[in-house]
Amino acid sequence: MTTMVEHIACTFCGCVCDDIVVEVEGSRIAGVRGACVVGRGVLDEYDPEVRRPVVAGREVDWEQAVGAAAAILNEADSPLIYGLSSTAIEAQRKAVKLADRLGAIIDTTSSVCHGPTGLAMQAVGEATCTLGEVRDRADLIVFWGCNPAASHPRHFGRFSLTPAGALTPNGRADRTVVVVDVRPTGSSKQADHFLQVNAGADFEVLTALRYLARGEDVEAAAIGGIPVSQLRDLVRTMKACRYGVVFMGMGLTMSRGRHLNVGELFSLVAELNTYTRFSVIPMRGHGNVAGADQVLTWSSGYPFAVSFARGYPQFGPGEFSAVDVLARGEADAALIVASDPVAHLPRAAAEHLEHIPTILLDPTPSLTASIAQVVFPTASYGLDAAGTAYRMDNVPIPLHRLFASGRPTDEEILDRIIEAVT
Amino acid sequence: MMLGVLGGRVYDPQNGGDGEIRDIWAKDGRVVSPEEVDPDRAEIIDAAGLVVMPGGVDIHSHLVGAKVNAGRKLRPEDHRGAERARTGVFRSGSGRTVPTTHLTGYLYAEMGYTTVMEAATAPLVARHTHEELADVPILDKGAFITMGNNHFLMKCIRDGRREAARDYVAWLLGVSKGYAIKIVNPGGVENWKWGRNVGELDDEVLGFGVTPRQILETVAWINDELGLPHAPHIHGINLGRSSSARTTIEAMETLAGRRTHLCHLQFLSYGKGKGRVHSSEAAAVAEAVNANPEVTVDVGQVVFGPATTMTSDGPLQYSLHRATGSKWVNDDVEGETGGGIVPILYKRSNPINAVMWLTGMELFLLIDDPWRVFLTTDHPNAGCFTSYPHVIKLLMDRAYRLEVLESIHNRARKGALLHELDREYSLREIAIISRAGPARALGLRNKGHLGVGADADIAVYQEMDDKAEMFARPRYVFKAGELVARDGMVVADPPGRTFYVAPPYDPGIEKDIRKHFEQAYTVSFENYSLASDQVAHGEAVACR
Repeated sequence: MTTMVEHIACTFCGCVCDDIVVEVEGSRIAGVRGACVVGRGVLDEYDPEVRRPVVAGREVDWEQAVGAAAAILNEADSPLIYGLSSTAIEAQRKAVKLADRLGAIIDTTSSVCHGPTGLAMQAVGEATCTLGEVRDRADLIVFWGCNPAASHPRHFGRFSLTPAGALTPNGRADRTVVVVDVRPTGSSKQADHFLQVNAGADFEVLTALRYLARGEDVEAAAIGGIPVSQLRDLVRTMKACRYGVVFMGMGLTMSRGRHLNVGELFSLVAELNTYTRFSVIPMRGHGNVAGADQVLTWSSGYPFAVSFARGYPQFGPGEFSAVDVLARGEADAALIVASDPVAHLPRAAAEHLEHIPTILLDPTPSLTASIAQVVFPTASYGLDAAGTAYRMDNVPIPLHRLFASGRPTDEEILDRIIEAVT
Repeated sequence: MMLGVLGGRVYDPQNGGDGEIRDIWAKDGRVVSPEEVDPDRAEIIDAAGLVVMPGGVDIHSHLVGAKVNAGRKLRPEDHRGAERARTGVFRSGSGRTVPTTHLTGYLYAEMGYTTVMEAATAPLVARHTHEELADVPILDKGAFITMGNNHFLMKCIRDGRREAARDYVAWLLGVSKGYAIKIVNPGGVENWKWGRNVGELDDEVLGFGVTPRQILETVAWINDELGLPHAPHIHGINLGRSSSARTTIEAMETLAGRRTHLCHLQFLSYGKGKGRVHSSEAAAVAEAVNANPEVTVDVGQVVFGPATTMTSDGPLQYSLHRATGSKWVNDDVEGETGGGIVPILYKRSNPINAVMWLTGMELFLLIDDPWRVFLTTDHPNAGCFTSYPHVIKLLMDRAYRLEVLESIHNRARKGALLHELDREYSLREIAIISRAGPARALGLRNKGHLGVGADADIAVYQEMDDKAEMFARPRYVFKAGELVARDGMVVADPPGRTFYVAPPYDPGIEKDIRKHFEQAYTVSFENYSLASDQVAHGEAVACR
């Protein structure tokens, strides 16, 4: 028998679209409507078959696996907990509790994507808004160092480019769209204006824009490869709009300058509020990476890269971020939740994971699973587990359980590990 | 579980207590009559010579949720050096003015407080608020729902559909699991989305053609119609401006005869002074409060030192950013509200800050009825809630108050009315403004007193000359009859409850709301509501 379930949220990316219709047949997904091509893939391909946990390459029962995980963590002097951006906040809360209990270092994938955005926010603040304000008010949209056409396929259609909103009844026609990037992209093709910035020159361009916005002159023909006349035009457009929004991505956070680039952009956005209203929204990647920031912040005071080794939370990007802790060989055990660091982290960090006992909680097979000592094939939030994910604008979205698979959740496994560690 | 707190001097103003020697017995979390307890099986506390009060009740505090958490994230400098290490079952934490969730629960309990209300939650992110509340141990809690700039509500007002507005508010409180109606700068936050604000009660809200006055009148009527346990909780227009006292008094006149709670009144009691330094108009505002018996207020006392301002009042936060140059967070929330955050340092040497301090003091001392003025610092806006013992000392100890008055900036001190105010609060009055009064105003019948049937939330203090010392470290704190703090240190962390209301409404309204959702929101109608099982230890409080 097939059941149609409406208003389902997809947790693939930070849009967390919650208007998807899923056809459920027993414990199988028979059809998906309304999702983008990526989201459909994630939903369609999910295999809810109950698999047994694995310890040292051998299938064991859940209790044995919990015991093995606890033994690894009890043995460790400097355990690392990492990942968390693709699980629900219920599991994230338990992960922080476990880190606190163990005196562990805990970090999320934020540190390799929008960590610098968090540092910029701490330095200068952040003028932001929810995605509905973008749709309903914004008549100027700037995409800087991001390419939603590829990374967030429904962003244009739901929020930023074509939808009709309260003050933008004609959709695309009521919006001016600017893309700033180092190369033409799928997104720049849809823009009214494309400004191609030289790689690594974002900071200079943003500084020039701040100068120009203040009415000061910039004595150069071009900055960062962009003619100053174009920057002047952009500033004019920015000041003249009703409500401007900048979406920014890893083109700013992971290029030379990192948090300084983002801080310069956030300062520009704050200053534009002298003339009109302006907001900025970081294009968060993973479905609940925003939630990971939130949970870690309300529990420890800091959004990522936190060490509990001294018994209290300490913040140390570069010191307690996973890449650094692993590459320097400081972690002597790792617990990974819903992430595949072996595939995604720099080689030195990934290799260290192979040399230390690693525990993995993840619904889907991965490279990390292939090297992990202990693997828990857990349920997937929004499919066979219920929970909450935070959208890129920090709006919490409930994730429903579409079918019972018999798989335990990350939360349940973490709870059992918390009980089992000393 | 049974408990006897015996022979203490009991300050239980709700039941007439003014320091009489009395035994308090508790069983299964409630205060009971002595015959219901088997003294041999009860935990007995010898309270002889000690002061016994109901657990503290904070009617207005920003302790959790989207804005508070953004404040935590914004301020690593606030957390360093203000950490607490994990001990036994207790979680670690950090934060001087914006503490983490578990630490917030511990700090309140260690001060003798057992009930705290989160003062502002946008319904769109109420789920977040409740998720954090689940991580605040010990305390009983509730969340106020911001609706002073709500599009659906303003459309109902514009179209003259008062009943629809009422049904919508009932629905909204129910789905967000809120406890009370919160109004913040009515209309002004919507106008801020156009880069503007409102300055008068009859200014127009752009795009809606309604006025702040209409919004206030409508919610006050709705509040009475629904019989909500608390009054509408109002942060008025012009907060921080020299016109604020005038419009505050106007708002009281507009709402005369209806239950009203005006929050952090200190920030809304200024007049025109010299240059950029406002004057305190506490006398005029207090007179209006005294004349309007339906009005309750909390003060929002400024405490010199670091603070983190955070309100749903977007334009105010922007002006603070411009005035101080401090880093600024803004968050416009679709169809509902907005908000901002700006760190601040209140200095006694700053004439503006000094006027703020004395305005709060004057309000405390000039409002006659302690049942209508409550102790808050609008945490963390005017100071951290951990400053309450210090504020109590200022109220109880005139010599100390004058000492502080002598230390503030000349321009604020000279000619200040505060010099002439001799009043000193008694222990009974402190019990009223920090417990009995706020509980009564919140409609929490089992809080704020120690009569039979009350929750066995009990704080036991060693009387000392230094009232700040006395109130900072209670000897014993019981929550629902369980010892949770001893000598100012937490010893148990049971989960607290979350109170909410679920007033009935005409379900016909849902069709309209659903239609509004399709146009106005980017989340599905179905995913907006919180079910009661999504609230940790939720407890519905009856209306009327």
